This record gives sequence, C-alpha cells and structure tokens, in this order.
Amino acid sequence: MSPDVSTTELSSGRTGVTADDFDRRNLDWYVDKAVEVLVFICGISAIIFIIGIFTFITKEGYAFILQMDWVEVFTTQYWFPSDEGDPEFGILALIAGTASVTGLAMAVAIPFSLGGAIFVAEFASGKTREVLKVLVELLAAIPSVVWGFIGLSIMNPLIIKTFDVPVGLNVLNAGIILGLMAAPIMTSIAEDALKAVPDRYREAAEAMGATRWQIIVRVVLPAAKNGLLGAVLLGVGRGFGETMAVLMATGHSVNIPGSLFDSVRALTATIAAELGETAVGSEHYQALFAIGIFLFLITFIINLSADLIVRGVREG
Amino acid sequence: MSDIAIQTSKLSLWYGDFQALFDVDLDIKQGIITSLIGPSGCGKSTLLRSVNRINERLGYVRIEGSVEVLGQNIYDPAVELIQVRKQIGMVFQRPNPLPLSIRDNVLFGHRLHSGERGSKATQEEILEAALRQVLLWDKVKDRLDSRATELSLEEQQKLCIARLLPVKPTVLLMDEPCSALDPTGTEAVEELIWQLRGQYTILIVTHNMAQARRASEECIFMLLGKVIEHTPTDEMFVTPVHKETADYIEGRYG
Repeated sequence: MSPDVSTTELSSGRTGVTADDFDRRNLDWYVDKAVEVLVFICGISAIIFIIGIFTFITKEGYAFILQMDWVEVFTTQYWFPSDEGDPEFGILALIAGTASVTGLAMAVAIPFSLGGAIFVAEFASGKTREVLKVLVELLAAIPSVVWGFIGLSIMNPLIIKTFDVPVGLNVLNAGIILGLMAAPIMTSIAEDALKAVPDRYREAAEAMGATRWQIIVRVVLPAAKNGLLGAVLLGVGRGFGETMAVLMATGHSVNIPGSLFDSVRALTATIAAELGETAVGSEHYQALFAIGIFLFLITFIINLSADLIVRGVREG
Repeated sequence: MSDIAIQTSKLSLWYGDFQALFDVDLDIKQGIITSLIGPSGCGKSTLLRSVNRINERLGYVRIEGSVEVLGQNIYDPAVELIQVRKQIGMVFQRPNPLPLSIRDNVLFGHRLHSGERGSKATQEEILEAALRQVLLWDKVKDRLDSRATELSLEEQQKLCIARLLPVKPTVLLMDEPCSALDPTGTEAVEELIWQLRGQYTILIVTHNMAQARRASEECIFMLLGKVIEHTPTDEMFVTPVHKETADYIEGRYG
C-alpha cells in the first residue's frame, strides 16, 4: 500500500482543503447564471412589448386626438373619414355596433358556458370530464376566420330562410358567432372557478341532505361568484377585441341597429377594413389609430378588472 | 329492541379493492354517547361515514351487509338518501361552515327540508334556539349576518353542530370533532357534546383516549377493520377483555 492512497480515502476528506476551494466556480455556476439572465429577458419582454405597442399606436393616433372634436366623435353616427371636402369622424354607430354584437354574444355565451362549466366541474366524472375539457380547449383554438366563414356561408342563408329577412349578415349572426367563439374560454375559466371551491363545502351540504342541484345553487355558485364574473368579463374583452369574425358576419355597414336583423359595423372591423386604403399619416389614418387607442384602453380595463376579480377570489 | 339506535350486521366495506371493514356487527344504544377508538386506519371513520352514507360520494365504495337506523335499513334501495341525511347529522374533523353568513349556515338544513316555508319570525326563533343550545348565541347575536368562516375554529365547530339541530336529527355522527381545536376549544366542544346526550344518539370517533374515557358512556375499540371490543367505557379502560385493547389503551401502539 503506497502512502498516496491514504489522501484519497473518504475518511481523510478534510485534508488539503484551502480557503481558495470555497471560491471555485465551475461550469454549472456559469450555466446557472446564464439561464437566469435569459429567462429574465423573456419574462420582462412582455412588459416591453406592451409598452412598445401602446407607444406605437399613441404616436400614430395622438395628433388626431389632440385636434378632434370630442362631442362630434362620440355622439354622432356619421363616419365618412375619406370625404374630400368635409370628412366626418363620428364613431357612435361603430360603438353601437360593437356593443350590440358583444351584448348579444354574452347573452348566448353566458348560459352556454355556465351550463358547460357546471356540467364538467360538478356532474361529469372520469373519462367524460377529461374528454370534454380537451374538446372545450380545442374549440377555443378554432381560428376566428373559420368562425367568420361559418357566419358567412351557413348562418347567413339560415337566417334569411328562417326569419324571412333580406340580409343574413347582421347583429344576430355576428352575436351568435361571437358568443360561440367566446364560450369555450369562458367555460374553461368558469370551470376553474368552480373547481377552486373547496370540496368540504360540498361534503358539508351533502351531509345535511342537500341534493346536487341545491349544493350547486346554494353553495358552489355563491362561493365561486368572483371567478365566474371574471370569466364573463374575459368573454366581454374577447368580444370587444374580435375582428375577423365580426367583419365577416356583421354586414359591415355603419348603422345604429334598431333590431337584431340590422347590419352593423364594429370598431375593430373598421380598422381592419380601412387601414390598408389610407395614406400613412393622413387624418383618416390617424383617426383609425385613435380608435385603436380607444379599443386598447377598453380591453385593458376589462382584462385588468377580470384579473383583479379572479385574483381576489384566490386570496379571499 | 327499541333502545338500539344503530344496528350494523355483517357490514363489510371496500374502497376499490381494499377492504376497510370486515363483518362489523354493532348495536349502538339510543340516547347515549358511544365513542369509536383505534389506531389510524382501523376503519373507525369509515364505519362512521357509512352510517349516513356520505362515503358514497367517493364513487368507488362497495358495501355488503346492512346498517339499520331506528329499525330501517338505510342501504335499502327504496330509502331516500335525503331522509337518511335529515335523520343523521354529521360533524366533521375540520370545522366546515359554508361560506355564508352565520344565519344562513344555521338555517341551511332547515330551509332545505322545510322547502323555504315558515315565516321570518319562525326562522329567527329556530336560529336563536339552535345557537343557544350550542352556547353561541350571546357571542354572535350581534353579527348574525357576518361570514361564518370568520369565527374562531371552536366557534365554527359549535356552529357546525348548531346547524344540525333545526332539522331535528335522531343521530349525530362526529368525526374527531375536536382534533383541529386547541385545548380550551376542545374542552368547550366536549362539554357541549356532553350536554346533548340524551336528546340525541351520539357516535363519536376520537383519536384521543382521554377524551373517549371522559366523554363517552360506551366505547368501541376497532383494529384493522374489525370490532375488537364494545363495552361500557368504564369497563374498557379498567378491565379490557382483549389483549389488543389493553395494549392500545396502555399506549403500546397506535
């Protein structure tokens, strides 16, 4: 046995340790630091993009906002932005279009998604629940142009035939399409809210002799109401922001709707349809960006309040 | 026999493939407090939870044998589960008031079973009577509309007992009702349970042998899903018949 061997034995592990050994950095240390920096950049980029986008649309639209006539813009329905002599920029009809379609969409989506969420969270079990959850998420991933296409080619003739009206591209069509589009994501969030209600509440009510329906109505829904409200608000936000499907299904005519069968035009669809035809920097171009700022602020407020409400339910 | 409130015969229970109860035969006397003791996993909670069929909500529970409450086999297919739950109230290990006001909690069961009938004055009477019986009225009478979940654990557990009383159950099942409470809370809740004896048949699961000894009249010792011994509490703690019982109450295991 040579004398060297003793230094490599575990029992003599303390020999040869110096203060410098504690300062040694190996490759793992550098990898760890590099990954930390990288994910920090990824995380912070969301904030940078939000600020960047807001700065960009503000830069393009602020000139219009500074000189516009607020009363004319928000209270008149005349949208003739490219008139040579006297362009008019009333967005009241566009707001009415967006609001009516979103309103109807919620009337369709809320019962659908609430019912769906109750079924998935409280009634379905095992395989049924798993399959349904996957399908609902799949439904949320259908591109909006496909929904618009359904509005154009299926709903349009169906509405004309069923209600005997001249045009099938109207509030009814877009509202139903948008409602079906918003329902999956609302279902998903509402289901999360119902699942977050502790099971011991259900158990307590069941032990007192409540039926399943009584448990849902008297215990689960009241306990989940913040989360459910958040789900509805996210649906509203989705409705405000949706462009392609409403462009295709509303009929796209500037009009304050008097009935479900009137064609309307949405704020978003106006931007999408007109931006390509305007000269960069023109008044019309700036007006469209001003609408963009308006939409951005509204959806931002809706999403923020939805987020705060849902967060409130977790903490409370 | 009319003085038997709960009678199980050849009761066996499986969770999936796991058998938790083996041929349990018990006669639990009416109007007294009977405690169920035994080491963790011996099936005492399972037995308790099969007396009001709350076990079934798990979905993978299978039962053989019968449980008769006041002469009626509650596993008879003709039996309405809701009537079973009305006759048999349950108090859980962790206080579980509903996320509603104190008032709505106490009246929850009453409203379920009376179909919302009854004037406001009647409801207020019921509310006060139930809260008085659990010695909570003076503490909460000024804040009946605040949330029950804001009460202390001891008060929550008393509330959970109070909300069972308006539907006039005959049997109260209690699954370690004091294990989440501090010593003062335990004493207060125990005292309350002791006061309720006579009016209700009380079956109480406990981990705490001292509690079983001071707060029950009969005692059932279970081990590995079987009933080993069922005798008056005094006898069990002084002269246990079986060696397993003696070992357990002397603290050799469990």
